[in-house]
Amino acid sequence: MAIEINGKTYETDEEGYLADLNQWDEEVAKKMAELDDCELDENHWQVINFLREYYDEYQIAPAVRVLTKAIGKKLGKDKGNSKYLYQLFPYGPAKQACKYAGLPKPTGCV
Amino acid sequence: MSTVKKFMYVNRHAPYGSIYALEGLEVVLIGAAFDQDCCMAFIDDGVFQLVKGQDSSASGMKNFSPTYRALGDYEVTRLYVEKESLMERGLTKSDLMELTYEDEDDDWAEKPSIQIVERSELGRLMEEQDVLLNF
Repeated sequence: MAIEINGKTYETDEEGYLADLNQWDEEVAKKMAELDDCELDENHWQVINFLREYYDEYQIAPAVRVLTKAIGKKLGKDKGNSKYLYQLFPYGPAKQACKYAGLPKPTGCV
Repeated sequence: MSTVKKFMYVNRHAPYGSIYALEGLEVVLIGAAFDQDCCMAFIDDGVFQLVKGQDSSASGMKNFSPTYRALGDYEVTRLYVEKESLMERGLTKSDLMELTYEDEDDDWAEKPSIQIVERSELGRLMEEQDVLLNF
């Protein structure tokens, strides 16, 4: 599978995750969201950028429990809870946000 | 979630050159994501997994050593390293990465995750587990 934007091709796996994380840019994140009927606002971007930083530091995509806790620590308790994150990413915060962030599917996510 | 079991993941292989270490680490994270009581043991060449300053470029494998630093976030807070295995390889505790976790019950104080234990003590710890998984 692949996503095409302005003549540039982004290879993805069968679940829509980006094959090469270095290929990521904001355009592909927006396109992925559009395909899910989701419009990205600054709250989405906060989580997406957080995930990219987490991956950069630890070389893994965090499980949802870990993501929730870490977001709470960084962005405050009102954002570090699953209700808030599920509102932003109804398909599952770790799964859906990781996809938009160009990361592999989180470890421990079945 | 029903019953929580005590899992120990026993790592015996060097980090690169085989897939054991990386697979072992992934399985720990999965166990932890399912809220099991997880700890890890590092014996034989497995102690090399925790050595700091790893450079995997010549092996063609990704350097996944930063991922051990995420274990604290997953509440994997006990990493037992066998003292004899370290000594046999000319290593000391100062050759290992400084891995920490934040203790929720102690005002999030940062505490070391790595514990150096003697072979006999590690045997006793293994006895306490419900499940031992070898990698």
